[in-house]
Amino acid sequence: MAGPRLSTIVPVAAFAALAAVFAVYLYQIGTGEKDAAAVPSALIGKPAPAFDLPPIEGMAGGLGTADLKGEAALVNVFASWCPPCRQEHPLLMRLARAGVPVYGINIKDEPAAARAFLDRLGNPYRRIGADRSGRVAIDWGVYGYPETFVLDRSGRIRYKHIGPILAHDLETRILPLLEELGR
Amino acid sequence: MIAEIGHFALILAFLLALVQGILPMIGAARGEPALMATARPAAIVQFVLVAIAFLALGHAFVVSDFSVELVARHSHTLKPLLYKVTGVWANHEGSMVLWVLILTLFGAMIAGLGDNLPATLRARVLAVHGLVAAGFFAFILFTSNPFLRLAPAPVEGQGLNPLLQDPGLAFHPPFLYLGYVGFSISFSFAVAALIEGRVDPAWARWVRPWTLLAWCALTVGIALGSWWAYYELGWGGWWFWDPVENASFMPWLAGTALLHSAIVVEKRDALKGWTVLLAILTFGLALLGTFLVRSGVLTSVHAFATDPGRGVFILFLLVLIVGGALALYAIRAPGLRGGGLFAPISREGALVLNNLLLTTAAAVVLLGTLYPLILDALGGGKVSVGPPFFEATFVPVMVPLLVACTIGATLAWKRGDLSGVLSRLGIAAAVAVAATIAVAWSAGGGDLLAAFGLGLAAWLFVGALAELAARIGIFRLAPGAVLRRAAGLPRSAWGMTVAHAGLGIVVAGVTASSAWQTERILSMQPGDAAELAGYRLVFRGVAETAGPNYRAVTGRFELERGGRALAVLRPEKRSYPAEKSETTEAAIHTTWLADIYAVLGERASSGAWTARLYHNPLVPWIWIGAVVMAAGGAVSLTDRRLRVGAPRPARAGKAGEAGARRWRRGGAAPAGGGGGGAAGAGA
Repeated sequence: MAGPRLSTIVPVAAFAALAAVFAVYLYQIGTGEKDAAAVPSALIGKPAPAFDLPPIEGMAGGLGTADLKGEAALVNVFASWCPPCRQEHPLLMRLARAGVPVYGINIKDEPAAARAFLDRLGNPYRRIGADRSGRVAIDWGVYGYPETFVLDRSGRIRYKHIGPILAHDLETRILPLLEELGR
Repeated sequence: MIAEIGHFALILAFLLALVQGILPMIGAARGEPALMATARPAAIVQFVLVAIAFLALGHAFVVSDFSVELVARHSHTLKPLLYKVTGVWANHEGSMVLWVLILTLFGAMIAGLGDNLPATLRARVLAVHGLVAAGFFAFILFTSNPFLRLAPAPVEGQGLNPLLQDPGLAFHPPFLYLGYVGFSISFSFAVAALIEGRVDPAWARWVRPWTLLAWCALTVGIALGSWWAYYELGWGGWWFWDPVENASFMPWLAGTALLHSAIVVEKRDALKGWTVLLAILTFGLALLGTFLVRSGVLTSVHAFATDPGRGVFILFLLVLIVGGALALYAIRAPGLRGGGLFAPISREGALVLNNLLLTTAAAVVLLGTLYPLILDALGGGKVSVGPPFFEATFVPVMVPLLVACTIGATLAWKRGDLSGVLSRLGIAAAVAVAATIAVAWSAGGGDLLAAFGLGLAAWLFVGALAELAARIGIFRLAPGAVLRRAAGLPRSAWGMTVAHAGLGIVVAGVTASSAWQTERILSMQPGDAAELAGYRLVFRGVAETAGPNYRAVTGRFELERGGRALAVLRPEKRSYPAEKSETTEAAIHTTWLADIYAVLGERASSGAWTARLYHNPLVPWIWIGAVVMAAGGAVSLTDRRLRVGAPRPARAGKAGEAGARRWRRGGAAPAGGGGGGAAGAGA
């Protein structure tokens, strides 16, 4: 019986090398060191767009540019009709309990549905602006829901997260950044 | 309740796939028929179970059961029924269910039609197939369960990405998966053959139809995807060398090579180890594509919502399936001896060249696709590899392939006669040269490359027909004799002619549309007119229209040529309220020789609209040619010799003799098929 020959070992060796690169890359993505999807927002480093939104009908508050200055904060774009928003909701609650200022932009939502959503799942937001037309979200460059922005003390956008925040995003990106910004 | 039934059926199918992967393998090794016999019912019942799961998921989509999270995220009550149904596979989880549905369908087909396969080979093929299926079931159940419930259920779903609400794309994934999964059958046969330690012409006759079927489906799938990109993305282009496109193109290139090398195994009992390797690599590339698209390691307009956890799982599957098969190949392949050397100027020599060039092309695409990822992983920073790289590397590999294609198809087996071939192809060569000169002349001497491309297209098309004409004796014999010869020609020979002619049509479309596209981007007020490649387009303003689940602004362009009205083009900008997104719908008027393509852009404050207008010469030929190629494959598939379940020659010796190392030369002559030796028939 003929044993393995170099020519028949080459494919499996090449494949092993490739698989190793994939594993390394997945690991780097997993730790947050690399991000294949890093599409930097044009707004990073710029002041948050000026806006002034009324509160959700039947609630107090409302949200405007002025509210976002003085402290590093999160601005979360959410809606009651968006399942991934429910998915990330417990993490926002956790952040709020830890004292992180979380602000909400409630987008294209029925006031009653939004109030019910917050009543049932808890309200992590210090203030919420209701953007029923979606106009403000356009200024913020939002194209998926939910999206979360990290703002520094002066109200500049420092980071944008598209899609639901996962525990790992929180630990590897958002919390370290808030730490760095000195809250 | 119905969703839970579907979930339960998937779990049962997973367990059954494990049984199918283990028992028949043990049975084949020990020669125990009872254990081997478990494979067939397991494969058939597995398909029934997956069909139940698929129908359960389909039901949830059709009745808009938003308590199923997947439906809530990807469907909407107002969506037309067609897109509720196709919404099942327009997302990661559902598309995996479609994938395993096709996988188990093919498994059931082998089980049901495989009466004439030797018992041990059938048991091993089904066992390998079962193991592959088990991997995918585990992937679905542990990382991508489509039946997860959502409590409380939302009142309305989020809708389907409007770009995907399109007939071209609705049927693109099923064809692609038919292709990928069809290659899994060739893979299972290859691995089973390595375990058996035996590859012979009968094996190749079994592998060929599956490869051919997969290849046809993949050809149609890629063509549909490219057609969709052309009319839906509104960029006027039809291929972007996007990683996801490449992910489907690489298995196509490798599968095309496999298709051709399996012929050599069948006819000459040679190239065995190589063919087995190609079968593994083809499915490996299909799996690699799955990994790239679904793991989040690449970014692309087409990529699914991704999750690193899934990426780890698919990588694990990839290592087990492809790594395992390649390791087995490293150990067993040296024992696969071919049927001796053959002359370079022969059909098989040409097929070796075909294989070298096609695999080089696949390697080039692979390199271009993975280079940014590898560089980023190794700390080299972000780069992007775009069309210039692929055009500079892929085209030079394709040119010799296309030149050789026509010659190779005309060569006889064993000992070809180049001068005889050239005399047969004299007409094709003359037409090709004439076409090149005529095009270069009319284009004013510029763009020699495009002229050469069209010459190449003529060479392929006319060459394919000339070869056929020579074989059936047109111009040489009486009409009756010609008809008799035509009728007696194997279907596989007809299939080859049709497929190669289709390739010529594709090459013409690709060349002309790349070289001579005219683009005009204008700001137009109602009443304005634009000249475009000899046509005139008059903008008549816009109107508000409404569809079932969208609102639209529809522009109106009157197309005329030489003062004669030809058509009205109505490009749309659609806005889907449920999905909160917009799409552009290009309006296309085709003359079959060219497309006039209009896209409505933004409205300026002055009231003018941006319009993008294109003249795309020969672009429809790309898809026509692709369909002709697939039709060629289908014709070949009806060849008696390849028909699944067709009688095969009796085998010498007992198939079950484990570890048999009788690397026989083909022995038995190829069965059936009027005429046998392909190129010899007309000589």
